[in-house]
Amino acid sequence: MTEAYIFDAIRTPRGRGKSSGALHEVKPITLLSNLLKALEQRNQFDTQYIDDVVIGCVTPIGDQGADIAKTAAIAAGWNDNLGGITINRFCASGLEAVNIAAMKVRSGWEHLVVAGGVESMSRETMGSDGGAWANDPHTNIHTAFMPQGIGADLIATLGGFNRTDVDDFAMKSHLKAAAAWQRGAFANSVIPVVDQNGLEILATDQLIRPDCTISSLAKLTPSFKKMGEMGFDDVAKEKYHHIEKINHVHTPANSSGMVDGAAAILIGSKQAGEMHHLKPRARVIATAIVGEDPTIMLTGPAPAAIKALNLVGLTVEDIDLFEVNEAFASIVLRFQADLNIPDDKVNVNGGAIAMGHPLGATGAMILGTLLDELESRKLKRGLATLCIGGGMGIATIIERV
Amino acid sequence: MTSVKYEKDSNNIAHLILDKDNAPANLMDIAFADDFAEAAAQLAKDNFDGVIIRSTKSTFFAGGDINMLFSTTKNDTKFVFDLCTRLKSSMRIIESCGKPVVACIAGAAMGGGWEIALCAHHRIAISNQPTARKIQLGLPEVTLGLLPGAGGVTRMVRLLGIQVAMPYLLKGKSFSPEQGIENGLIHSLVDNEGELLETATQWIKSNTNADETPASLVSGINAQPWDIKGYNIPNGVPKDKNVAISLPITPALIRRETHGTLPAPELIYATMIEGAQVDFDSACRIESRYFTELAVGQISKNIINTFWYNLKEVKASFIKSEVIEKIKFTHITILGAGLVGQQLAYHCAARGISVTVKDTNIERIKQVKNYSQKVLEKQIACGHISVDKAQRILELINSTSHCDDLIDSEFVIDTVCEIQCSEHESIQGVNGMLNKDITYRANISSLPITDLSQLTNASKNSIHMNFLPSINNMQVVEINCSENVSDSAITQCHNLVLQLNRIPVTGRTNQSSYTTRVMTAFVKEGIALIKDAHPASIENAAYLAGFSLGPLAMSDELSLSLLNRLGHLNNAHAESDSPNNHPAEIIINDMIKNSRLGKSDGAGFYNYGTSKQSDANKLLFEGLTHYNTENNDIPLNDIKERLLFIMVIETVSCIEEGVISSTADANVGAVYGIGFPQWTGGTLQFINQYGLQRFITRAEELRRLYGVRFQVPTLVNEMLNKNKFF
Repeated sequence: MTEAYIFDAIRTPRGRGKSSGALHEVKPITLLSNLLKALEQRNQFDTQYIDDVVIGCVTPIGDQGADIAKTAAIAAGWNDNLGGITINRFCASGLEAVNIAAMKVRSGWEHLVVAGGVESMSRETMGSDGGAWANDPHTNIHTAFMPQGIGADLIATLGGFNRTDVDDFAMKSHLKAAAAWQRGAFANSVIPVVDQNGLEILATDQLIRPDCTISSLAKLTPSFKKMGEMGFDDVAKEKYHHIEKINHVHTPANSSGMVDGAAAILIGSKQAGEMHHLKPRARVIATAIVGEDPTIMLTGPAPAAIKALNLVGLTVEDIDLFEVNEAFASIVLRFQADLNIPDDKVNVNGGAIAMGHPLGATGAMILGTLLDELESRKLKRGLATLCIGGGMGIATIIERV
Repeated sequence: MTSVKYEKDSNNIAHLILDKDNAPANLMDIAFADDFAEAAAQLAKDNFDGVIIRSTKSTFFAGGDINMLFSTTKNDTKFVFDLCTRLKSSMRIIESCGKPVVACIAGAAMGGGWEIALCAHHRIAISNQPTARKIQLGLPEVTLGLLPGAGGVTRMVRLLGIQVAMPYLLKGKSFSPEQGIENGLIHSLVDNEGELLETATQWIKSNTNADETPASLVSGINAQPWDIKGYNIPNGVPKDKNVAISLPITPALIRRETHGTLPAPELIYATMIEGAQVDFDSACRIESRYFTELAVGQISKNIINTFWYNLKEVKASFIKSEVIEKIKFTHITILGAGLVGQQLAYHCAARGISVTVKDTNIERIKQVKNYSQKVLEKQIACGHISVDKAQRILELINSTSHCDDLIDSEFVIDTVCEIQCSEHESIQGVNGMLNKDITYRANISSLPITDLSQLTNASKNSIHMNFLPSINNMQVVEINCSENVSDSAITQCHNLVLQLNRIPVTGRTNQSSYTTRVMTAFVKEGIALIKDAHPASIENAAYLAGFSLGPLAMSDELSLSLLNRLGHLNNAHAESDSPNNHPAEIIINDMIKNSRLGKSDGAGFYNYGTSKQSDANKLLFEGLTHYNTENNDIPLNDIKERLLFIMVIETVSCIEEGVISSTADANVGAVYGIGFPQWTGGTLQFINQYGLQRFITRAEELRRLYGVRFQVPTLVNEMLNKNKFF
């Protein structure tokens, strides 16, 4: 069977997802098309050999509406003969793009595919695309819809993670991310965002706060308490009737940050690599998607990881490093508890709590981070996973070559 | 046509006169749908300058045909849907006739009546102000588990916007003609019926083109706003950001009140939102489909059974005697100025009854007016009542420590058993001189009384009225009396309760009252469940079954000491582990031993933080899980059904023992008195809607699994054999 190799993985820095954020002035199409150009320049491939561009975007409306994947390829001046598809698997869109690209290559029907994602959260507010699940009353009621934050708090309640546990996790995310930047862990893969004159707009992740402390984090008020008390807490009563009260521990500081950013990964067959003189860095050895209870919504990572591991007959111990998206602190804590994974294997360079979670791009970003770190530590296998809206979970296992 | 008359007057105005033959009120029944369609067809053919819709009855229109809707089944979906469609298409013909259409509202227009008024372009009503008229307008369908299916949802949303229409549709909020002017649903007010027609005629004339050229359509004149090009729903549609932002949480807010057990509010909101995203006619069809779902569904049947039929029956006189003349009470005496005395004094005065509270304790006497004053101040602050009116209410309340002041009372209410102190004796001293002047007297308390013979003055005209614990604002007053009490005494008691705007439930018993027994069964089953499930699961299951308070929280509110004193807990033999013992008894005994009696003692099944008032901080006592020695985790549905079934079975026993006699009293007493879930329609309707055979089978299963207390009462089997329902 054809193997799917990763030749390169790059991303933009992440700007604060508000009008005060550095990347708010940059159109999402610019973020993505410039990144595609950078990918082309770094790898010197002829774009006519690209089969498809698969891009995750979770709020594909307005500035990033329609099919931004194809639009960005055109804007980047890439050859007309390639395709572009925008996909939405909520928070896992970026990793799903990678998985689809890998499947395309492994099928033997395509040879060189760009996977990635883009999200300008400062421009297109999360949830502003509506959708029946939250916004159609009948669907909302009869499927027990509950916002993710309440689910994250419920996960903390079920797992016994208290406010200090999640704040401590958040603080470490910032410290690890700051340390990673300091030692240049991201230097090779973060492409600074520049304007049309070549002037730099943003070169580093904007949200990291190396000076945060447990006591400074403890001052923040819980984000979902009020919303829960208004009625959402009661939605979980049926499925989680052992729980008397949801402990609302998550705050803006121990949840992922809203940011703007984009990512791109070049994936192809061995044959394509040889043809275009691309050096394979790793291969995608397993991918998995699962569905769990949609009400609590965010418990998918562990079952997804197990499904992926089973596909290739591996165990948790065979994985050297994990990247678990830090949508909320409790998600990672639960993942580690479920699979008994030590701290020193998980999110060693920090995560979305420190650097932000540009919804459609994050999955591709953490896969890139995983690959960089496996290389720098000369380790073999890594697993990336994210929790997903609707109760889904995703996992991708890569192995260095 | 027997219900709608079509006439043309000398001004070339067509009149649609709502006038059902040989009936006190107009009704939206099948005959009306036919007549209305015929009248609309006639209108469509005719040449006229305007249309007046008016009624010949004291009310504008009484609304939907509840009897007909109640009788529909799941086989009638097409019939119900078609009926909605027919009514709506008639309304559509009228509102799109191109000429001014005026509704003349001279009386209540509720439900279907208001929906007819909504198809007019202009609505004129008689003002409530100059006289003491009480014209009410609105759409109360939700209170019967239905939705306004004749265009009510669709038109209200298009007239008011989604947010503003919500209380009228989701809560059935009614409004007066004056409030109608404020919310824009009524366009002008007149003082009397004569002016009504005159004003309508003038308005049509002033909006008629003299030169006979076809008038262009103008919103609110000869067309509905939604039929004018460029119309937008006020304050936005679901796609707009300002509306979209509230869409995810509104279902949770609705669910918070319904616990997911009442489909009507949920489906009304769905109808509003779905309808707001499509054109008018599609919205009407969406509305008809949801209406049909509700109308043929079991839950609207349960609700109509109890909140319509049963409630009417309960409010009707207990003794069907025309000989007894009902007194309209003007002055009553309350003995004892404890909390119940204070509350009762307020309720009497608020209903215009002058009241004298007698007590020997000066401190308590002082509290009587203070209590009412505080309540009234709050109401003034909320704008519910004027300062003048509050003053008048306050003036009706007097207190005294002298018996002499009590001479002209028509009714004496003894609340002394509530105070529970030596006051009892001193009050008894009053009796001698009171009796000769007083017609009726009753003992009253918020405490359930076990044995009426314990009470003083058990005489021919003495009755016990049980104001149920004021938790959750229960609206029921249970009237209990022994067999020898005269019919007229019961009737007057019943009468007084109605005058106090409460619902009387009457039982002929000198033992525990019905509501007390059923509530105790609920609490004890909840406690027994501690052995079989996580305590949080018990409280959550009660919530999900539709109870407003879980059994453990309820026990804490009432306190175990009260339940114990009443003898309901009967835990004398609890130490021996006999299978005949109620499984709750051991736990109750432990709780009592450990002084965990309830909320008022600071600890019960819940721990209460430092502030006793703060229910928000209470948490279940962690020691409870120790009783679940086998770590049982019974299915959630079993928890729900154990709580429901035990109350239902206790109710049937009360019927069998003659504690209460009527199904209506049982259903209404359960729902209004002790918070039995509304969706069930009450404890006996619960059996009907469950199906008698199915109920018996399930009860037998519960008995096998959880104990003999789930034994099916003989009466249920008898009813099944006779093919009867409760």
